[in-house]
Amino acid sequence: MITKRIIPCLDVRDGRVVKGINFDQLQDVSSPVDLASFYSDNGADELVFYDITASSDGRAIFTEILKETASKVFIPLTVGGGINTVEDFDRVLKCGADKVSVNSGAIRDPGLVSEAAKIYGDQCVVLSVDIKRVDGKFTVFAKGGRENTGMDAIEWIKRCVDNGAGEIVVNSIDTDGVKQGFDLEMLEAVCSVVNVPVIASGGAGCIEDFVTLFRRLPGVDAGLAASIFHFGTVKIPDLKKAMADAGIPSRL
Amino acid sequence: MITIVDYGVGNLFSLVSSFKAVGCDVQVTGELSEIKKAEKILLPGVGAFRDASLKLKETGIGELIKEKAAKDTPILGVCLGMQLLFDKSLEYGEWDGLGLIPGEIRPISEIVSKELKIPHMGWNALNFREPKSPLFQYVEEGDHVYFVHSYSAVNCEEHILATVEYSAPITAAAGCGLVFGCQFHPEKSGNTGLSILRAFNEM
Repeated sequence: MITKRIIPCLDVRDGRVVKGINFDQLQDVSSPVDLASFYSDNGADELVFYDITASSDGRAIFTEILKETASKVFIPLTVGGGINTVEDFDRVLKCGADKVSVNSGAIRDPGLVSEAAKIYGDQCVVLSVDIKRVDGKFTVFAKGGRENTGMDAIEWIKRCVDNGAGEIVVNSIDTDGVKQGFDLEMLEAVCSVVNVPVIASGGAGCIEDFVTLFRRLPGVDAGLAASIFHFGTVKIPDLKKAMADAGIPSRL
Repeated sequence: MITIVDYGVGNLFSLVSSFKAVGCDVQVTGELSEIKKAEKILLPGVGAFRDASLKLKETGIGELIKEKAAKDTPILGVCLGMQLLFDKSLEYGEWDGLGLIPGEIRPISEIVSKELKIPHMGWNALNFREPKSPLFQYVEEGDHVYFVHSYSAVNCEEHILATVEYSAPITAAAGCGLVFGCQFHPEKSGNTGLSILRAFNEM
């Protein structure tokens, strides 16, 4: 069977990984290339590189870093951040990205998903959605969670899947950073309406949170996290072992 | 030297990088004169079968690959490149492949349980057929490789080299003589994938 994927997310600014990192085995902990290799060697199933640069100089550095990583790390690589046009897709795919994640770019221009899917295939287009409960309704937020779009998240996701989004990253703003587990209620709501892979993001604090996620929601395909991996709170080999012990298909 | 055939289908960055990572010399070309001299051929491909098969026909690369196969040049097709090695595909119509491996390409949805997601995407474990192909000499039964596809090879039973389980066995690799095809992406399958490329280079 297809295994459940574990995906570390690296936020990159000006060529460095942002967020403090602490690893004995690594000399340069803020080098995206070194950190990506480390995760790949330790059993990560996929990596997400998130470009949080604002300047065009920074964007050029990001592209170079991506190229260097893709020439050394041979697992699937998803790139997100600052993807607003088909040209942005082209730029990162040429540098070795396998999938491209869109968020605010798709909210600004809903045609972006269908346009990109037509050119590169559905499997290449990942829709990332930041969702927060507003008056009990799952609502889409834009601009890194700062702006309430007023859109219903489930409707938005359905629409994007119809337009060709091949995978959905559900990032719960409500559980993000809280480290009390993934937002199972929100994820279940998404899984019940789509038949493309769903990636859970936001809220993982320990190994047990991933085990609970995959046990309770068989429709979820992957778990994504950042700081708990970067800080070494959760070590991927231990996580994979715990998943296998719990009978969850995983790649050891 | 591995010759990666560039016929305008897909991105070759990772394939080139992965061959280099296992110490192979790599050449990327769409020139017939260069492909004619190739010692080993890698046929890549992503996207629609029809477009790729038309491109192979228009450029003359398809005929040349058949000639090279007849002269026992090792050939490895990856993903859509693998599917093109078969007789035909039923992806949006019916389209001719190169006919180097007997069999046809049909939707996975015809084989697997209805509730499973299509495309078959992610890491899945290899089950080898006996005798184990030299392509897999450096990998073990149960090692995982990375897939992204909605169509797969069927009616090719005696040419299957490996399968993966997705409620039913899916053809993961097939071969006929020195012509090999991998449905998965060795260039995205970590050390397991690199070991398969190394084995191909040693053919």
